[in-house]
Amino acid sequence: MPTVSVKRDLLFKALGRTYTDEEFDELCFEFGLELDEITSEKEIISKEQGDKKAEGASDVVLYKIDVPANRYDLLCLEGLVRGLQVFKERIKAPLYKRVMPNGEIQKLIITEETAKIRPYAVAAVLRNIKFTKDRYDSFIELQEKLHQNICRKRALVAIGAHDLDSLSGPFTFTAKRPSDIKFKPLSKTKEYTACELMNIYKTDNHLKHYLHIIENKPLYPVIYDSNGVVLSMPPIINGNHSKITLNTRNVFIECTGTDFTKAKIVLDIIVTMFSEYCENQFTVEAAEVVFPNGKSYTFPELAYRKEMVRADLINKKVGIRETPENLAKLLTRMCLKSEVIGDGNQIEIEIPPTRADIIHACDIVEDAAIAYGYNNIQMTLPKTYTIANQFPLNKLTELLRHDMAAAGFTEALTFALCSQEDIADKLGVDISATKAVHISNPKTAEFQVARTTLLPGLLKTIAANRKMPLPLKLFEISDIVVKDSSRDVGARNYRHLCAVYYNKNPGFEIIHGLLDRIMQLLDVPPGEKKGGYVIKASEGPAFFPGRCAEVFARGQSIGKLGVLHPDVITKFELTMPCSSLEINIEPFL
Amino acid sequence: MADGPVADVLLRRLEAADGGLDSAELAAELGVEHQAVVGAVKSLQALGEIIEAELRSTKRWELTAEGEEIAREGSHEARVFRSVPPEGLAQSELMRLPSGKVGFSKAMSNKWIRVDKSAADGPRVFRVVDSMEDDVQRRLQLVRGGQAEKLAEKERSELRKRKLLTEVTLKTYWVSKGSAFSTSVSKQEAELSPEMISSGSWRDRPFKPYNFSARGVLPDSGHLHPLLKVRTQFRQIFLEMGFTEMPTDNFIESSFWNFDALFQPQQHPARDQHDTFFLQDPAEALQLPMDYVHRVKRTHSQGGYGSQGYKYTWKLDEARKNLLRTHTTAASARALYRLARKKPFTPIKYFSIDRVFRNETLDATHLAEFHQIEGVVADHGLTLGHLMGVLREFFTKLGITQLRFKPAYNPYTEPSMEVFSYHQGLKKWVEVGNSGLFRPEMLLPMGLPENVSVIAWGLSLERPTMIKYGINNIRELVGHKVNLQMVYDSPLCRLDAEPGPPQTQEAA
Repeated sequence: MPTVSVKRDLLFKALGRTYTDEEFDELCFEFGLELDEITSEKEIISKEQGDKKAEGASDVVLYKIDVPANRYDLLCLEGLVRGLQVFKERIKAPLYKRVMPNGEIQKLIITEETAKIRPYAVAAVLRNIKFTKDRYDSFIELQEKLHQNICRKRALVAIGAHDLDSLSGPFTFTAKRPSDIKFKPLSKTKEYTACELMNIYKTDNHLKHYLHIIENKPLYPVIYDSNGVVLSMPPIINGNHSKITLNTRNVFIECTGTDFTKAKIVLDIIVTMFSEYCENQFTVEAAEVVFPNGKSYTFPELAYRKEMVRADLINKKVGIRETPENLAKLLTRMCLKSEVIGDGNQIEIEIPPTRADIIHACDIVEDAAIAYGYNNIQMTLPKTYTIANQFPLNKLTELLRHDMAAAGFTEALTFALCSQEDIADKLGVDISATKAVHISNPKTAEFQVARTTLLPGLLKTIAANRKMPLPLKLFEISDIVVKDSSRDVGARNYRHLCAVYYNKNPGFEIIHGLLDRIMQLLDVPPGEKKGGYVIKASEGPAFFPGRCAEVFARGQSIGKLGVLHPDVITKFELTMPCSSLEINIEPFL
Repeated sequence: MADGPVADVLLRRLEAADGGLDSAELAAELGVEHQAVVGAVKSLQALGEIIEAELRSTKRWELTAEGEEIAREGSHEARVFRSVPPEGLAQSELMRLPSGKVGFSKAMSNKWIRVDKSAADGPRVFRVVDSMEDDVQRRLQLVRGGQAEKLAEKERSELRKRKLLTEVTLKTYWVSKGSAFSTSVSKQEAELSPEMISSGSWRDRPFKPYNFSARGVLPDSGHLHPLLKVRTQFRQIFLEMGFTEMPTDNFIESSFWNFDALFQPQQHPARDQHDTFFLQDPAEALQLPMDYVHRVKRTHSQGGYGSQGYKYTWKLDEARKNLLRTHTTAASARALYRLARKKPFTPIKYFSIDRVFRNETLDATHLAEFHQIEGVVADHGLTLGHLMGVLREFFTKLGITQLRFKPAYNPYTEPSMEVFSYHQGLKKWVEVGNSGLFRPEMLLPMGLPENVSVIAWGLSLERPTMIKYGINNIRELVGHKVNLQMVYDSPLCRLDAEPGPPQTQEAA
């Protein structure tokens, strides 16, 4: 969930009133926001770097507000204020307008070289804007929030904002060999080639995260003006030449990316938010983008879409009984201008360009419910009549684990993920013989594979509890995972029961007795007769030679029991003899 | 017969005594260890009101081992004096005597002897006086005779400095008759025996009282894991509410069932390598229900079922990628798909509690795997009000009655609501679960009828368990680093019962 940090006093000034922290928290809650933290720059620095560093930092109160991940229109102070003011019916939602320029339209021409790396671009102009320090900071911060969220860390979309008066169109969005791109980037004093820049930014804490997007590509995307001035090398850095300042009056905004839909949304969000500060409020000057196929489009789209939803559908989905007129009013409070039309039960809803999250009637239903107030909705129990059933495997597991504890064994709960070493080397088995499922992106060795046996987890549990009085008697009934090509995903779980006995003597007879008890509980008689169980001398690398037996029940091998091999005991950092039992319980369903 | 001969004698003496007697004096008179008398006192005390015993502590001077020797043999300086003959003795020879070194300097400072350093064969020691008084021996003998008070304070402290005397504190009992005094106390039986039962002798025997403040002996037993005890209770709650358990025994899932089927777009951050464990082997799902896959693909990329869709290029390869399921909702999606294929539609209530996996940064409350609890109801015409009603009943069974709901965003539910409950301890609202109505873009491609709504909610099993059992570090609860003592000691899980008093340091 993105967190937006705004200055409290600035926020209250824009809202036209003050709130106590509790009141504001309550307002956020109602609207689906969360006042996550009340802090200040000073407090943040002192928390992260110590009191010394924080000296002199601003102690202006900051509100950190959690915003739902799909509400890009609330990612800055301007949007938050607009949303809350409309919600509280203090203002009406503005109407965003695209206007054609008096003179020539700004053009961005995309060349076909971009196709393989970053094929889409959109653009717009904010004309006669007035920045202040706070507005400017918010403008930069919004771009950063969008980059981190909808833009997927600039992989899908990257934004560039430029001082239009320092440039001369038309602009060209092309792709070139890195060695052929040379410009002075933001906050540098000399020119570098793209290759040099990529090297420099490897140690830049902010930019290093974006390098991978183009790093290994033969051509890098780049935007020029008609004089060959570099506007930006998306998605890495803008040129210094067209840098916007507090004095910038005309802003050229370009968004390039690999996802056309998202590029358009991002552009719409930026211009709807900051056209507030244009001389003609909420108007945006169009720009033309010419694609390599010669087709030309005008941006920003700023499209208003009409949706029709029946009032009774909203009432039925939410569980309320409001008149269509009231529902229309509720929706209007959510920046969705609505009116009742037709037979008096139809509501026509206008979806503004700021609300790209509204893609289905259910999104409209939710907004009606939020405006109605979730906590005002009457709670009712559904009349759904059903008979409960347990999943048979879990039912058996529940029954067995209680009787395992009754037999004196204590239940462990170990991880399903572990290292290759745990299920292979430490048990004297080669990893290739385990049929284990392998994880491709483990951050540490603890998450290399899914366990194929419960034994390592229990032995590690004993190792972590060596101080406890002996004997230690542990069990676990849980799932292991193996590859199985007969399953749709190519792997399956098996429910295993594993028990270990750890003491000064191996206690094979105790583990054997436990098996006998389990079979008694499962109503499986001893003996080789059909339906019975036997254990037969066997061997396995994890067991001491001559102290291992295989368990056969209902005509199939279900597992092994025995005294663990001293090498196994040692590898798990244990010192005492230990015997174990591990069986698959699925044949007993 | 009382407990042993000493107790017997004690009772008889006490009968004759006027007022009472002192345990130490009795020991001295009887010539037994004081401890034996104390034992007798204690065993008589245990019988009830036979005697009364008042603990007194007295200080007494006693001789050290060296002091005893001197009281017997004389002080070192006296012994040195006596060993010097009238004709004198070579100093070197004198120094070899047992008392030589200590005695020589003392005898010198007492001016009993002198040294002639001019003697032909080395320094020689001669008597100065003809006889002397051995005060040290005399004083020590006084102390031995129990007359330490006859010595001056200064004399005692000098002897103590020489480590010949020590002051000891003696704890004695002043014993007097109790309200039920009798000389004929019989020995109490420790336990009832089969013989007593068969002979009936238990009727005439007194029994030793039990010490009820002592701890009992804990039974040898196995124990269930606290987290799984809580799991059992949650299963029970769902079953009581008529919910059927979904199969969840497949940790490995395809991206399709884990994400795509839930209308979670392919560029969603949850599908990032940083958040999800993907598989190297088997890297891809072998089979997908292709008809259904096509409907899902269309809904994502173009929309449909009343939806605008996400308008991006949906890739089958991305859907095939295998992973460790990141939520049990993947299993719910499979269950709903099975339900959708069964005609005609029948309403259901489903639940599951099982493991899910996240490739997350680990800390005191987050592990790479945890348990998710999920409830799902599918029926015609279900509303947000129904969801809230079911949640109220569910949380009431957990002992949570103060609820409120906050609008939220989940990719696959709309409307969505986070569930908050008021935490009495923290004095604030805390999130206890997440919920919503599944999106039509998820349900309709499965083939569920259009007027069927599906309400669902989820929460983690670990969090309520940690709160219930007062555990701060999740590693002490889940995984091999568990504290087994905690497992042994953990109480029953009764979710709706009032929490017990906070554990004191001692009990912990």
